[in-house]
Amino acid sequence: MRILVCVKRVPLTGGKMVLTADEQALETRHLGFTISPHEECGVEEAVRLVEEHGGEVTVLTLGPAEAEEQIRDSLANGGDRGVHLVTDGEEWDPQATAAAIVETVQAEESAGGGFDLIVFGNESADSGNYQVGIRVAYALGRPIATGLKGLSVADDRARCEQEVPGGRDIYELPLPALVSVLEGINLPRYPSVPAKLRARSKPVEQRNPERPAARLEKLRLVVPPGQGKQAEILGNGPDAAPAVVEMMREIGVAG
Amino acid sequence: MSVLVLVEPGEELSLQAISLARDLGGPLHALAFDASELGAYGVETVHVAEHDHLSSYAPGAWAACLEQLIDRAQPSAVVAAGTNRGNEVLAHLAARRDLPFAANCTAVGSDGTVTRVRWGGSLLEEARINSDLKVLSVAPHMVEATTVNGAAANVERFEPELGEEIVRVVEHAETPSAGISLAEAKVVVSGGRGVGSADGFGMLEELAGLLNAAVGCSRVVTMAGWRPHTDQVGQTGTKVAPDLYIACGISGATQHIAGCKGAKKILAINSDSEAPILASADYAVIGDLAEIVPAITAELRKAQAS
Repeated sequence: MRILVCVKRVPLTGGKMVLTADEQALETRHLGFTISPHEECGVEEAVRLVEEHGGEVTVLTLGPAEAEEQIRDSLANGGDRGVHLVTDGEEWDPQATAAAIVETVQAEESAGGGFDLIVFGNESADSGNYQVGIRVAYALGRPIATGLKGLSVADDRARCEQEVPGGRDIYELPLPALVSVLEGINLPRYPSVPAKLRARSKPVEQRNPERPAARLEKLRLVVPPGQGKQAEILGNGPDAAPAVVEMMREIGVAG
Repeated sequence: MSVLVLVEPGEELSLQAISLARDLGGPLHALAFDASELGAYGVETVHVAEHDHLSSYAPGAWAACLEQLIDRAQPSAVVAAGTNRGNEVLAHLAARRDLPFAANCTAVGSDGTVTRVRWGGSLLEEARINSDLKVLSVAPHMVEATTVNGAAANVERFEPELGEEIVRVVEHAETPSAGISLAEAKVVVSGGRGVGSADGFGMLEELAGLLNAAVGCSRVVTMAGWRPHTDQVGQTGTKVAPDLYIACGISGATQHIAGCKGAKKILAINSDSEAPILASADYAVIGDLAEIVPAITAELRKAQAS
């Protein structure tokens, strides 16, 4: 199987949201970065499918030069090669992101053969737009199932499982297809040191797409009210237990 | 100009979506799949779609129904609840029509601007939708479902033109329920890195047993393999709304707070009096949770016996 996984570099936000002075972005000078969680599981799922069926996993990201870190992390966890759509660090809106991915898929497929499966996270941790995968699916004329907690491939079909209240809904898609996954579909592996070293020499191709004008245009970011509550300290250590039970009684949950 | 709202069968959040849609102004039309009574929410006309191909959920078929009503009612906006299906169907619609789509909005302005949720609600974005027809979903539990003094809605049944959809639910597998569900529990006892190990959750289970509570955990815990992902509370796990959320040894990363901020009260048990969780908690006990949790359990057992 040839599988493409799309991932996004996002900051590790810690305990508090702090904005830059122009209110256009999070202040990330003191933050680390990671792969958006659903997509981290997307990489793991793709690697497991290739371990089972054979083939190759290509990892794609659209992001600043530093996002190569997230491609290398994905390659350390079993990806074979990377494609980096390098941006100047400005955000791309979902339509622009999808269009750049579509263009890349078409170029990759005419050069190296079609992808049987293209994997997305259900939504990115930061902007949470819930749409890039679906837009790519329509542009390519292929089916997509979203929000998956289970995925298996047999006889050129993907069996897709979605968690819904009380059980699971099942979709069956003919390949080639697209899927978007949720964290919890698997537990991603930790890379070994040799795997990290090998990832350094795996190929990463760079492309420089042009950013079109945003049709979903970010004006500014706002930290919602409610941050900075001051907890009432009920006590220190086990001596606080009576005060805790008293509080439970007051709010009617002491059983 | 009218506004078109997608109403999902049996979905309370659709009523919140209708309430926000009223802020856009103009007569409200609804796409529904059963004849729900929506007049009290200000809906003028309920268009009930009837077709064999709607017997099981297919996002493309729902989007096609919306498209046909757009052609008929010429709305200025299409609105749905920010549920899995609501967001999915609107993304299909937006892809079909090459329109921008703003997911999980909390407010709309008259000039095409919206406020929408980022980071699972830890951050808000003010954005402009640059198109004549606005497509937007409404963030769950951020807008109250309110009624108006409206007449009963007109019900118009219609048969949409639908092709065969490849992407549709072909099977539903029931999962037998095991114990108290996280999403519905009145009390959640949740553990983080500070619990120290999978075994450490034993004392949380014991306390939860007395409180008829569900046990939850933070993302660190599931990534370490101490608890299954189904127990995870947070932006990428389950969102909970209990009367009391007890956060044991949880530092309070925004990823976690996004999942528990719906709780009426939060009690933090933490060894660090500077932990970020204290800025989101109503009550706190400072110290070693391995001593504090068993002490609360003993005290509660005593209180319940008397």
